[in-house]
Amino acid sequence: MSIVTVQLGQCGNQIGFEVFDALFNDSHCPGGLCSKRENEAYQASCKERFFSEEENGVPVARAVLVDMERKVISQTLSKAARSGRWKYGQHSCFCQKQGSGNNWAYGYSVHGPRHKESIMNLIQKEVEKCDSLSGFFIIMSMAGGTGSGLGAFVTQNLQDQYSSALKMNHIIWPYGTGEVIVQNYNSILTLSHLYRSSDALLVHENDAVHKICAKLMNIKQISFCDINQVLAHQLGSVFQPTYSREGSFHYRRNPLGDLMENLVPHPEFKMLGVRNIPQMSENSLAYSTFTWAGLLKHLRQMLISNAKMEEGIDWQVRPPLSGLPPLGKMSVNKETHFNTSIANLVILRGKDVHSADVGHHRALKRVLCAEHLKIQLSILPG
Amino acid sequence: MTQSVVVQVGQCGNQIGCCFWDLALREHAAVNKKGIYDEAISSFFRNVDTRVVGDGGNISKGKICSLKARAVLIDMEEGVVNEILQGPLRDVFDSKQLITDISGSGNNWAVGHKVFGSLYQEKILEKLRKSAEHCDCLQCFFIIHSMGGGTGSGLGTFLLKVLKDEFPEVYRFVTSIYPSGEDDVITSPYNSILAMKELNEHADCVLPIDNQSLFDIISKIDLMMNSGKLGAAIKPKSLVTSSTGVFKKRQEKPFDAMNNIVANLLLNLTSSARFEGSLNMDLNEIIMNLVPFPQLHYLVSSLTPLYTLADVNIPPRRLDQMFSDAFSKDHQLIRADPKHSLYLACALMVRGNVQISDLRRNIERLIFTIIYKLKGWRKAVSQKPCHLYQHLYKNITSWMPQKACLWKIYLD
Repeated sequence: MSIVTVQLGQCGNQIGFEVFDALFNDSHCPGGLCSKRENEAYQASCKERFFSEEENGVPVARAVLVDMERKVISQTLSKAARSGRWKYGQHSCFCQKQGSGNNWAYGYSVHGPRHKESIMNLIQKEVEKCDSLSGFFIIMSMAGGTGSGLGAFVTQNLQDQYSSALKMNHIIWPYGTGEVIVQNYNSILTLSHLYRSSDALLVHENDAVHKICAKLMNIKQISFCDINQVLAHQLGSVFQPTYSREGSFHYRRNPLGDLMENLVPHPEFKMLGVRNIPQMSENSLAYSTFTWAGLLKHLRQMLISNAKMEEGIDWQVRPPLSGLPPLGKMSVNKETHFNTSIANLVILRGKDVHSADVGHHRALKRVLCAEHLKIQLSILPG
Repeated sequence: MTQSVVVQVGQCGNQIGCCFWDLALREHAAVNKKGIYDEAISSFFRNVDTRVVGDGGNISKGKICSLKARAVLIDMEEGVVNEILQGPLRDVFDSKQLITDISGSGNNWAVGHKVFGSLYQEKILEKLRKSAEHCDCLQCFFIIHSMGGGTGSGLGTFLLKVLKDEFPEVYRFVTSIYPSGEDDVITSPYNSILAMKELNEHADCVLPIDNQSLFDIISKIDLMMNSGKLGAAIKPKSLVTSSTGVFKKRQEKPFDAMNNIVANLLLNLTSSARFEGSLNMDLNEIIMNLVPFPQLHYLVSSLTPLYTLADVNIPPRRLDQMFSDAFSKDHQLIRADPKHSLYLACALMVRGNVQISDLRRNIERLIFTIIYKLKGWRKAVSQKPCHLYQHLYKNITSWMPQKACLWKIYLD
């Protein structure tokens, strides 16, 4: 089943490009640990989800690009076309001239109704190209005008028009030091609207990803491109195909459905986050070794102590043994913030994945496995 | 891409405008190697086939034939405008874009505003409508004028009302040159105050600039250049004041250097709207972020660095120094002390090879050392380096002191 991606605003379009690039590179990576048949099955499954075939064999991303000014979209389209291996559809973008001016109300109340027809038409065309639709993946930021305002409007319309399709909104939490002066207003308005119309909100914080780039990837001068690549890596590890119960050649067909079934038990609890381990630069990969037990232990502690990356995990934090509040004093030295997540999902990818023993970790509920090229592991708490 | 029209009023306005167009052409020439009329150029220029008689065929794409500036030049005496039309920029302006008279306003706001205003209102409207028609999507008018004279302040502010009525949805960015302490025009305080009232009501955003501060900046640069060995390390043509190709020690015209600073300011302000970058900031975003209430639309701007050294790689400490400089009084284009009043909002626009991590690090640093209680920051990063200056270029910060701060200038 396919996912249609809607990229909104400068942030959404820049991230969207990196996501498709990462997905494509991952599925077409040469070499690997599996047989050819398995690889082909994986590629086919990935392609069905995110790309549609075009005449001269170049896959076209199932995406709709929306922005209120031309510059970013033309940059994204040309970058994709330049890579030569995949591209965006020529007519799947919509732009205006003037921009939203970082104004949520302008995006929601002015641009939204004005361009509703055109945008929904584009999405409809993309949906018609799919054999079966799993849902929508909407990438937007919360600080700007188009991403936040128009994003809220589009999600609402998708809710009205495609009420049986699932919608996952990927929202970017702006930097604490500020990117836009009115980002607080824009964020609050967006969140309140999205909470009503979206099915799941996958949140990525710029601060957290920035720290990952700085500490784990050892990048000195971090640009938005680096941040987007880390984000794309994390998203790719979530969305790439995973095995179903039948065996290693059959992949689960409904990515969004699987995620939401496990992670959104009640419609009121829909904020999700991703933790990815190990996250490191390509150079360091050659010098590292991993064991499943070690990775899982780190991941579990990351989850419990609410850490976003593997460095600086607070090992002192433990979940309370029973549901009752602790009697007497809590530990005085450190604040115990442990993660109060409702549901968690582990996705394991890599060599010998079946040997990984997740059973004894009480916090982990269900496990999806895939045996593939990259060793990556993620947990999504609800 | 959106277009902007520049309206230059009065002697001061026209001289600054002249420098602005010169610099704009150079900037685009440096960036646009293939000579194709792209969207960045179209924001200030239109591509015209001069062989077609009449209004000229507008060519929207393809190779550049002849560029005409989207400008309207207004002056009540002919001297300055004639000089522009005889200078190297004569092909950039169309004779139909000019409005001139003979006698001048006599440094009298009322003559400029009431007499010439009513006399030329129709003509001005017609020229403005013409230039707006040539635009695909007009976003903003840039008005350049001085506050001390007669035409600039009087007719310039009359223009604002006209623009507000005729084009209510187009932003009006005003660059006003405030009189300095040793001004030679005796009626300048009266003219400025009368003009200020109009600016308060009809402008969307005002960038006040002071002759004295510009002069201080120039003395600083001169000091740097003449101070021996460090002076030799400065890359020629990298000064914020240099315009012509030859590196001269003394400018030909007395106000050239100062005008170049203002021209640089305007170009950098619009650079994020014209060129691509990783975090763009359009003109409407400037207004949205920095103008919290409609009447609080005065922005204090500052530029750094004033010159670049010949060294190609900018060490991070130099970059951090640039950010700190942006908040120092020496780099501001108007003499106002925001530290004694209040920062309401602040925007940092960066051009060149600067990444978001640098911006973030510096903001974290500055929030504690220099500015206190400032919650609102706006960042913008533009990737196109300014090739005139070849390297890591400028940061402009604008922030909004309360108006009390500006009034101090009048009291001094």
